[in-house]
Amino acid sequence: MNLTLHIWRQSSASEKGRMVRYEARDISPDMSFLEMLDVLNERLIEQGESPIAFDHDCREGICGSCSLMINGAAHGPNRGTATCQLHMRSFRDGDVIHVEPWRSRAFPVVKDLVVDRRALDRIIAAGGYISAPTGCAPDGNAILIPKHAVNTAMDAAQCIGCGACVAACPNGSASLFTAAKITHLGLLPQGQPERYRRASRMVRQMDEEGFGGCTLYGECQEACPKEISIDTITRMNRDFLRGLSTAGRGAVAESD
Amino acid sequence: MELKSRIPPGPIEKKWDRHRFEMKLVNPANKRRHTVIVVGSGLAGASAAATLSELGYQVKGFCFQDSPRRAHSIAAQGGINAAKNYRNDGDSIYRLFYDTVKGGDFRAREANVYRLAQISVAIIDQCVAQGVPFAREYGGLLANRSFGGAQVSRTFYARGQTGQQLLLGAYQALEKEVARGGVIMYPRTEMLDLVVVDGRARGIVVRDMVTGKIESHAGDAIVLGTGGYGNAFYLSTNAKGSNATAIWRAHKRGAAFANPCYTQIHPTCIPVSGDYQSKLTLMSESLRNDGRVWVPKRKGESRPPGAIPENERDYYLERRYPSFGNLAPRDIASRAAKAVCDEGRGVGPGGLGVYLDFADAIKRAGAQAIRERYGNLFEMYQRITDEDPYQVPMRIYPAVHYTMGGLWVDYNLMSTIPGLHVIGEANFSDHGANRLGASALMQGLADGYFIVPSTLADYLASARLEKMDPSHAEFRLVEDEVQARTRRLLAIKGRRTVDSFHRELGKLLWDKCGMARNASGLAEALRRIPDLRDEFWHNVNVPGSDTELNQALEKAGRVADFLELGELMCRDALHREESCGAHFREEHQTEDGEAQRDDEHFAYVAAWEYGGPDQPPRLHQEPLQFEHVHFAQRSYK
Amino acid sequence: MNRIRVFWDSSVGKKAVMAVTGFIMVAYLITHVLANLLVFQGPVRINAYSAFLHGTGGALWAARLVLFVSLVFHVTAAIQLTLRQRAARPIGYEGGRTPQVSTLASRTIRWGGALILVFLVYHILHFTLGTVHPDFIEGDPYHNVTAGFRNPLVVAFYLVALAAVGLHLYHGVWSGGRSLGVSPPSPHPMRRRLALVLAVAIWLGFTVIPIAVYAGAIK
Ligand SMILES: Cc1cc2nc3c(=O)[nH]c(=O)nc-3n(C[C@H](O)[C@H](O)[C@H](O)COP(=O)(O)OP(=O)(O)OC[C@H]3O[C@@H](n4cnc5c(N)ncnc54)[C@H](O)[C@@H]3O)c2cc1C
Ligand code: HEM
Ligand code: HEM
Ligand code: SF4
Ligand code: F3S
Ligand code: FES
Repeated sequence: MNLTLHIWRQSSASEKGRMVRYEARDISPDMSFLEMLDVLNERLIEQGESPIAFDHDCREGICGSCSLMINGAAHGPNRGTATCQLHMRSFRDGDVIHVEPWRSRAFPVVKDLVVDRRALDRIIAAGGYISAPTGCAPDGNAILIPKHAVNTAMDAAQCIGCGACVAACPNGSASLFTAAKITHLGLLPQGQPERYRRASRMVRQMDEEGFGGCTLYGECQEACPKEISIDTITRMNRDFLRGLSTAGRGAVAESD
Repeated sequence: MELKSRIPPGPIEKKWDRHRFEMKLVNPANKRRHTVIVVGSGLAGASAAATLSELGYQVKGFCFQDSPRRAHSIAAQGGINAAKNYRNDGDSIYRLFYDTVKGGDFRAREANVYRLAQISVAIIDQCVAQGVPFAREYGGLLANRSFGGAQVSRTFYARGQTGQQLLLGAYQALEKEVARGGVIMYPRTEMLDLVVVDGRARGIVVRDMVTGKIESHAGDAIVLGTGGYGNAFYLSTNAKGSNATAIWRAHKRGAAFANPCYTQIHPTCIPVSGDYQSKLTLMSESLRNDGRVWVPKRKGESRPPGAIPENERDYYLERRYPSFGNLAPRDIASRAAKAVCDEGRGVGPGGLGVYLDFADAIKRAGAQAIRERYGNLFEMYQRITDEDPYQVPMRIYPAVHYTMGGLWVDYNLMSTIPGLHVIGEANFSDHGANRLGASALMQGLADGYFIVPSTLADYLASARLEKMDPSHAEFRLVEDEVQARTRRLLAIKGRRTVDSFHRELGKLLWDKCGMARNASGLAEALRRIPDLRDEFWHNVNVPGSDTELNQALEKAGRVADFLELGELMCRDALHREESCGAHFREEHQTEDGEAQRDDEHFAYVAAWEYGGPDQPPRLHQEPLQFEHVHFAQRSYK
Repeated sequence: MNRIRVFWDSSVGKKAVMAVTGFIMVAYLITHVLANLLVFQGPVRINAYSAFLHGTGGALWAARLVLFVSLVFHVTAAIQLTLRQRAARPIGYEGGRTPQVSTLASRTIRWGGALILVFLVYHILHFTLGTVHPDFIEGDPYHNVTAGFRNPLVVAFYLVALAAVGLHLYHGVWSGGRSLGVSPPSPHPMRRRLALVLAVAIWLGFTVIPIAVYAGAIK
């Protein structure tokens, strides 16, 4: 099949960027979207043009590197699918496809379709962990965890940190990403001691990074390749607010 | 160069404890003064960096992805082994040790393997404490599954995303230390060379992948956790970025490279669909617990699988290996698949595939139970192939998956360059000639959380290390070499893309140094690789400049290294005149086609010393003694 | 550090403020719509009710104060959040961002809110102060309403504003519970029966009045 692509090109963070039109000829429907870009890049290199830069690594939908806005949808049209798992059979011959980087003040463009997502690491660093220095752990079975609790925690823990939630959110909010971690750790017994402090610090870091607030549009949940539920956001809000109340046992005071 | 394995004396159960007692400690006040460079943020690197920082060392961490959380470990699916014996099914540290040595076909160091089995127990506890959501039973206790080649249930898992959850645990610990200031993390930074000052590893030269700036970092010890080199084959289950650059450049600076020819071919991957194929996708081995592997009895069978009656199907694993059946170890299952496809009984496009059938399991356990166990894997398969494994059997074929070879290390995980420690898949590891399923995660975390943090202290406390900073002349020298190499790659401006060279090398290695090898094929590869390398350096086309994010340039550097490593792999495969584990030499097989070891001549680790540009490498041998597990022909019949 | 500061500075805190103040206003609207529906029972009851309200004196002012303060906080937070959200994406998508699941109500929450604000000002001048009312009789809401809705333009404006209120509530009542972290988890988080019922009820309750008056069903 043949496609017309409009792809964002920007040589560096400081340069201005623009959409550039490309024709992708005889593409196989069995190709993944990224393989289609590989083929296009090979041709660009042979024609002495600069290939299109885009992030990717595992190509299995688990590392969270790939990050393309395809026709206005983060990770493209399919539900619960990362860009690297999107196959060309989801498009029709002659389609026109717009490809852009994630857009967020907290995700400056590095080059072409590559953005800087370190803000997400800083949100985790702010409290997205359980303090358990190596060596101090009790036996794994000393802590009993009901199956359903682990399953719900696991649903949230699946977040691959791709940032599609931010890209899809009309507010550019990182709420789903932050809430997913707060939910994963907050549902487990091991996560209780730091629960409110964690929520408090992570939410504040999220704001500091310049992400928007949450209006509950629900777009993030739809874009999320792991289909993480906005129920996690409800939970984040609860834990954050409790952290400020006495129930939170002075989570705020502690954390500063 | 001499290989001092530094295996502690004493009974095997006591070696590690005794060694830990005898090793020197760094006094707490001094730890702060030591800078440790950790390259790699996978299970091995991240766990090491976090733990070293918790101990008080100043750590600098490096990875080429934009975040440490994206290291290739994230992709591990099936699970992690530990000798907990929670199932009371007869497992024990000794049995895990025994299975690993036997599974590795008697080409691993007993002492290391025993230590690995001992530590496995603590790993699970550590990960649970960090909040890794391992699968649980209704009673709230940890669940287990049995995994490729093991007859006990000792594998812990988190759905089909065990590696992801373990890595996130380590990554979160790492970020905790970043926030505390104990670790400075350098993402999108690629190590391009090692700096050795008076015989000790004292630093690395890196390229900032965003600005292209070449920079140096000095430290008192270096830890490489940079993963495996399976991507030498171009098509593999490894992440696209996985590469050998760090270990290969270290090799050229004097680190011995051990058993390069031991590459594991995983039996259950999704077959190639076209020449645009950029990587292969693994279908977790755990699928073999419920799926049955078969091909049609008839050559060139054209009917769809559903239309082929039971009596015209050949469940060849169950037939050839009655006691292990579909759970036969990876190398055996892979070769068996190759065999039936070579006979022309393969299925799917190109006849390079076999069926993995869940019909019986679904009848037995019900679709819901199967969905619970493998839901996300089935989805992944359907996304890629557009076929529904609940309805039609999966098609699978072997693919390069893991490299048992790597930099040679002693019992302290230190390479032949003092101060250079190597952990995880990057070292030649404890898996011998073949790794058992769910043992790499175990090894990576054992190295990172528990072993290197204590052995590193011994090195730092014993070595007299003067202050070192990147202004030292040696750093300048290495920086210039790196700079020159990059410039040279950009200057060639030839006619072929980097990928075209990589594909050609990969095909060559797959054909000649893959699942089955023979002297003439290897000799041919050894003739062709230098030519290909030569063409690469005259005819590759690397666009762009070295002062920007330049993915083509990154690839070029990696492929240049694969073009050298590939030759060493073939050389090692050619010299090892036996079949062992993943290394199958057609000249050395029993009449019924099983691998035939030669313990008399080859029970050693082959450690290769770099011989200089276009000079043959020098072979050093570390003999292996087996005092506990006695030589036996592996039999899974 | 000061909890109040942390609370008010954070996006989650501001949202909580909006939710609480929003719900206070919702509560008022419920009583207000019920009261207004008394017009269908003729002048006596509704005027009596109004008289009663005005009679309570202090209580009325207290209620007015609460409502006013709520509105001020609600609007302030709304504006501040909106500014943050604008700033969070300085460069938009050239190909546009195709909404997948967000409701019309959520996407119009801001303009709708602004419209409601304008409406409120007009509305109070209209029915409470009578400034913009052609023939305002203090203490005779029945007359004021029936007279007020003779003018088609006024009716039209009310209908638009009321639509905005309906939409605002359809999103707000649902999202408010989540902003406060009190909504229970759901397999279909976007479903919102309660909000739907409430929004439709309030919207209808108000909307029938101008229509009825204009159509001459109420004299
Ligand atoms: C698809 C798949 C499934 C698997 N499933 C299992 C399983 O179920 N059980 C199991 O036990 N094992 C499994 N394995 C094997 C296991 O995942 C790996 O062996 C293990 O994760 C390796 O971890 P590592 O830390 O050594 O290296 P990696 O996780 O590969 O990390 C390498 C790190 O080094 C960095 N790096 C590399 N080169 C450079 C450089 N030049 N400069 C800077 N940084 C560099 C990378 O950025 C990365 O952070 C699987 C492997 C694959 C491919
Ligand atoms: C008068 C001017 C008003 C403005 C400008 C306004 C604006 C807004 C905005 C922008 C939001 C979304 C906040 C966010 O999620 O970012 C919102 C939410 C809300 N509004 Fe209003 N609104 C107004 C009046 C009202 C009134 C009169 C009511 C009640 C009758 C109300 C009830 C609500 C509720 C309940 C929410 C949900 C809060 C949340 O999601 O947490 N608003 N409003
Ligand atoms: C058809 C719809 C409506 C009608 C007929 C109506 C009618 C009235 C009347 C008659 C009064 C004066 C009451 C009195 O002084 O005794 C009043 C006051 C008021 N109305 Fe409405 N109203 C309508 C819709 C609304 C809406 C949608 C809102 C809010 C969003 C609203 C908010 C108010 C407020 C805040 C006051 C002032 C109350 C006070 O005096 O303190 N009204 N309304
Ligand atoms: S929540 Fe979903 S969309 Fe957001 S980062 Fe995680 S995986 Fe990506
Ligand atoms: S789309 Fe944005 S507004 Fe909230 S619900 Fe998702 S983060
Ligand atoms: S490339 Fe790893 S998730 Fe897409």
